Amino acid sequence: MATQSITINVNGEARTAEVEDRLLLVHFIRDNSGLTGTHIGCDTTHCGACTVLLDGTAVKSCTVFAIQANGREVTTIEGMEGEALHPLQEGFMEEHGLQCGFCTPGMIMSSKHLLDKNPTPSEEEIRWGISGNLCRCTGYQNIVKAVQYASNKLQETTIEGGE
Amino acid sequence: MIPGSFDYHAPSSLDEAIKLLNDLGDDAKILAGGHSLIPMMKLRLAEPVHLVDINGLSDLDYIKEEDGFLYIGAMTRESTLETSELIASKYPILKDTSEVIADPLVRNLATVGGNIAHGDPANDHPATMVALDAEIVVHGPVGMLSGGERTISVDEFFVGPLMTALEENEILTAIKIPTPEGKSGASYLKLERKVGDYAIAGVAAALHFDGETCSKVGIGLTNVGPTPVRASEAQASLVGTTVSQEDADNAGEMAAVASQPVGDHRGSEDYKRAVVRTLTSRAIMQAKKRAEGGN
Repeated sequence: MATQSITINVNGEARTAEVEDRLLLVHFIRDNSGLTGTHIGCDTTHCGACTVLLDGTAVKSCTVFAIQANGREVTTIEGMEGEALHPLQEGFMEEHGLQCGFCTPGMIMSSKHLLDKNPTPSEEEIRWGISGNLCRCTGYQNIVKAVQYASNKLQETTIEGGE
Repeated sequence: MIPGSFDYHAPSSLDEAIKLLNDLGDDAKILAGGHSLIPMMKLRLAEPVHLVDINGLSDLDYIKEEDGFLYIGAMTRESTLETSELIASKYPILKDTSEVIADPLVRNLATVGGNIAHGDPANDHPATMVALDAEIVVHGPVGMLSGGERTISVDEFFVGPLMTALEENEILTAIKIPTPEGKSGASYLKLERKVGDYAIAGVAAALHFDGETCSKVGIGLTNVGPTPVRASEAQASLVGTTVSQEDADNAGEMAAVASQPVGDHRGSEDYKRAVVRTLTSRAIMQAKKRAEGGN
């Protein structure tokens, strides 16, 4: 059984572990790092509940080996909150963008990637951007509103910050 | 689900990767984007003893035009193809294709080379490459083949379901597509039950015109046969015509006959043939519109 020592920077903290080559990134995050905000949904690359940022790019962490993230940066839902909730987290709260909450961490990480690339997406671009994330409760309407809320808030902050 | 155990290798050069494949033989699989292979490994449908991760080969991640061809490096991510300005302006059929593959998260890692090398007739790029008369560039050990590099025509590349002309010690390194000259246009249309699903059927059509007359046609079909299907009779039927709606519908009928669908949870054989008929006609008309300068 092949094992290797790997170090992944998770939410700004270097985490080193001796892992099997076959360990999936999502298990490194949940089991080795104890960060259970990242969910395992379908486990077959469909639902997006396990979405994290790998060097800033949204990926399904059930479909990446931990060893592939060796020496790289991972951001999970736990890494989103700074001094206050991230505008996306706030948006999901304000706009009721979740019901059971299972898909929410993945939705937020996909939306983070979307807004990083396109700070002012249209409704269609938001729906397209989160099309790899499945939600069985909300009907998506309030998720779209939550992302729009975050987009608006981030724009305001940028403008204020620029003054 | 946990994949079976394997030994992980991360070569830092193409030569090193080829040497590993050559030494390890059929116990080894190449890991590119991993979005076909890793799910198969988790389901234990694939249990490679060695994984050769070529994600470190960043020199295989490029899109460039050279000597009358478009070259797409094997490690080009679908998301890169989808957002490339060159692709959108000169090769919109490749944008059509990449943006309907799986979902945005998958496309962030999935590669164009992997989509083709996997040899899955349900994948979307193969039919498009058939329509575009692409060539597949592969590299193997120097000495076994001429200089280690050879080029395989797309029609010879796909051998059967998940089977290609790639040898065990070869790596698909690039896709080579003739740069369109003169009046030409191409389009890919896919019908899927939901985002992320494989095609019920998909159709790629590429048209070249000499004035008002169609001079060359490529039509490839997705997920209606053991390999991507070239609709040869439909292609031939359009040459010499002006590609009227009637001509396109007629070609659609021929493509439906050429398709070899199997009835499954995505639809019956008859339904899939009907989808091929309609999509072929539509893809042809959209290709014509693009040839005339439209979108």
